[in-house]
Amino acid sequence: MTSRTPSLKNPDSPVRAALRERPVEGKLIAVEGLDGSGKSTQLYLLKRWLEMQHLKVFFTEWNSSIIVKNITSKAKKLKLLTPTTFSLIHCTDFADRYERQILPLLRAGYLVLCDRYIYTAFARDITRGCDPGWVTRLYRFAIPPDITFFFKTPLQVALARILDGRPNLKYHEAGMDLSLSADIYESFKIFQGRILDQYLRMVKPYAFTAIDARRSIEEQQKEVRKIVSEKIDLPAFKWKVKR
Amino acid sequence: MKRRAADSAKRFYGKGLPDVNPESLKGKLIVIEGPDGSGRSTQVEFIKAWLESRGHAIVDVGLKRSNLVSKQLSQILQGNVLNPVTLSLFYATDFADQLENIIVPALKAGFMVLADRYIYTLMARDIVRGADRPWVESIYGMAVVPDVVFYLKINPKPLVERNFLKNATLNYWESGMDLGLSRDMFDSFIRYQRLIQAEFMRMHAIYGFNIVDANRSARRVSLELQAKIENLLPQS
Repeated sequence: MTSRTPSLKNPDSPVRAALRERPVEGKLIAVEGLDGSGKSTQLYLLKRWLEMQHLKVFFTEWNSSIIVKNITSKAKKLKLLTPTTFSLIHCTDFADRYERQILPLLRAGYLVLCDRYIYTAFARDITRGCDPGWVTRLYRFAIPPDITFFFKTPLQVALARILDGRPNLKYHEAGMDLSLSADIYESFKIFQGRILDQYLRMVKPYAFTAIDARRSIEEQQKEVRKIVSEKIDLPAFKWKVKR
Repeated sequence: MKRRAADSAKRFYGKGLPDVNPESLKGKLIVIEGPDGSGRSTQVEFIKAWLESRGHAIVDVGLKRSNLVSKQLSQILQGNVLNPVTLSLFYATDFADQLENIIVPALKAGFMVLADRYIYTLMARDIVRGADRPWVESIYGMAVVPDVVFYLKINPKPLVERNFLKNATLNYWESGMDLGLSRDMFDSFIRYQRLIQAEFMRMHAIYGFNIVDANRSARRVSLELQAKIENLLPQS
């Protein structure tokens, strides 16, 4: 893993130091944003575009470790989680995917696409009352993305996209554990508003690439593809073996 | 980080837990650390019985006993399918669940909490596996600072004897086989236990353990622990 550094001020520094010594060949692209911001659709379209160019691509999403996700969903159903264990169990899920897939694939020279990355945890855990310094240090083993797209939508737009169908919101998804409101839809609105505040605070310090998600899907995708091809030398990620 | 007088108020090592005021924790937290085979569980039983005979209510906790993840964690250890950071976090989740649901409520209610291992074993295991120290220390900043931590220190050779006496086998994880120190399990056990002990000695300089010579008989060790715990007890 990483070596010791005297300062805790920069949570990414041990990883950065290790990467300077032994850089990964791959590139990491993450998408972040509220539920209903359209980020998953945009990442899917980006993935299709990269695959069609015969590039080495790997996609992974939040809360999907085979080993951990069953524990998490059971614990959520039984309402066993506190903000601290909610945070730790999601970090465990992330760590499993990180150690098993994200990092080895980056070493192998892949374009790794993440639907939600550590910033999702920062936004949610801090909103739930975990100490911001504690949460950011918890994830200090993780490589910062080469590009973090933040799909920026006004709260009302994101809420409308999710709530128009009157979906069955899940308890934690709606932040019901925070006792914001007894009404699940009302709770969801307040919770999403707080998450958005956290995201907006992170735009600068974590160098998010903000995408105006009020525009059409096509317009956004055009911009996403343009940024990716400018920042990453895509032909270098072509399969070396014949497929 | 050294512990002050026995009657001092509770603190957390770091940021602690959301919405828990450490001053509300009235009970005592007694931790017994030491490797498997150091006589740790025997001492926990002795002390529990002794304290109960004197009218103290006891709650005992240990590693891998949480309602949240202990079953899954035991399953995973059978198959050793996790990478080191993930395993660290699994143990941290197990600890946090017990801290919030058992240790803190018991301390608030004035119980004496007897912990058969605490964060120090978890930190030592992570650190000898190459974990980033500040990372580990920050995670366990959630922990309550115990009133006393006994470290049962034993030489590796008698430790091997006691392990064989109990099970006629060495445990894969207690031998640190995942570290690749040696392909010979006996050799690996000795080397791994030395590494853990060295890490405990380093932590002792920070956290101030009460080091107990566990090469002696269980009875002698128990008398020493009782004498030291006596000082922590409220005068009756």
